[in-house]
Amino acid sequence: MVTLFFIAAAVAIIATFMVITHLEAVHALLHLVVSLLAVALIFYLLGAPFIAALEVIIYAGAIMVLFVFVVMVLNLGPLTREQETRWLRPGMWVAPAILSGVLALELVYVLLGGQKPLSVSSGVDVKEVSHSLFGPYLIAVEVASILLMAGLVGAYHIGRGWKGKAR
Amino acid sequence: MTDQIPAEYALVLAAILFALGLAGVLVRRNILFILISLEIMLNAAGLALIAAGARWGEPDGQIMFLLVLATAGAEVSVGLALVLQLYKQFRTLDIDAASRMKG
Repeated sequence: MVTLFFIAAAVAIIATFMVITHLEAVHALLHLVVSLLAVALIFYLLGAPFIAALEVIIYAGAIMVLFVFVVMVLNLGPLTREQETRWLRPGMWVAPAILSGVLALELVYVLLGGQKPLSVSSGVDVKEVSHSLFGPYLIAVEVASILLMAGLVGAYHIGRGWKGKAR
Repeated sequence: MTDQIPAEYALVLAAILFALGLAGVLVRRNILFILISLEIMLNAAGLALIAAGARWGEPDGQIMFLLVLATAGAEVSVGLALVLQLYKQFRTLDIDAASRMKG
């Protein structure tokens, strides 16, 4: 299991290094998704499968979609089609595909290895987390919801009328 | 296969990822990349929390990660709205164009 951890850690570090060195935002986001998937696998290996699922769904799903959306919005104009052709040329898929292929092999190995789920053998149960989350940490959950509400209102207020209309 | 991952390894990985994100914030001048690097740093902090929670067998680490997740969502939404406004004002994503702080 330590070997699996080392492989996933290497994938995460390589992908993160690619993120901060790439020049084009879409390529960096592609590598960032791979890095987040590697970290999610590490969460699973550490005995937190629920957090691993949340990492994939929220980080690699929702937040990355926000980033991609903004990158696409910022590049309106007649050059968009030619630009996207340049972004998505076939060579760009190779490095992320290899890295995520390594992750997929690891995942298949873990799932087919006949092991018990890690949350049973070691780590913290999801039930324990949710009991604690809605018990002693209830105020923190409410504060987090207020924070999300403030983020929603702030993003709406800051981002309105960005398209050059008078305001 | 039954041995557990030592918490030190995960903490070292979190430190490396955090350092990479910090380097990204310091080196890059594109505000989109700065936001991406902030995400990397938040994620590394979450990894440290999960590793500590797994080390002590307590659920608090995972709960803290959930709060970090909510914080990251709010931060990204406001940050990307600011990116759109910056692009509207200056027609560029260079953060140095907005270093005067006069709106």
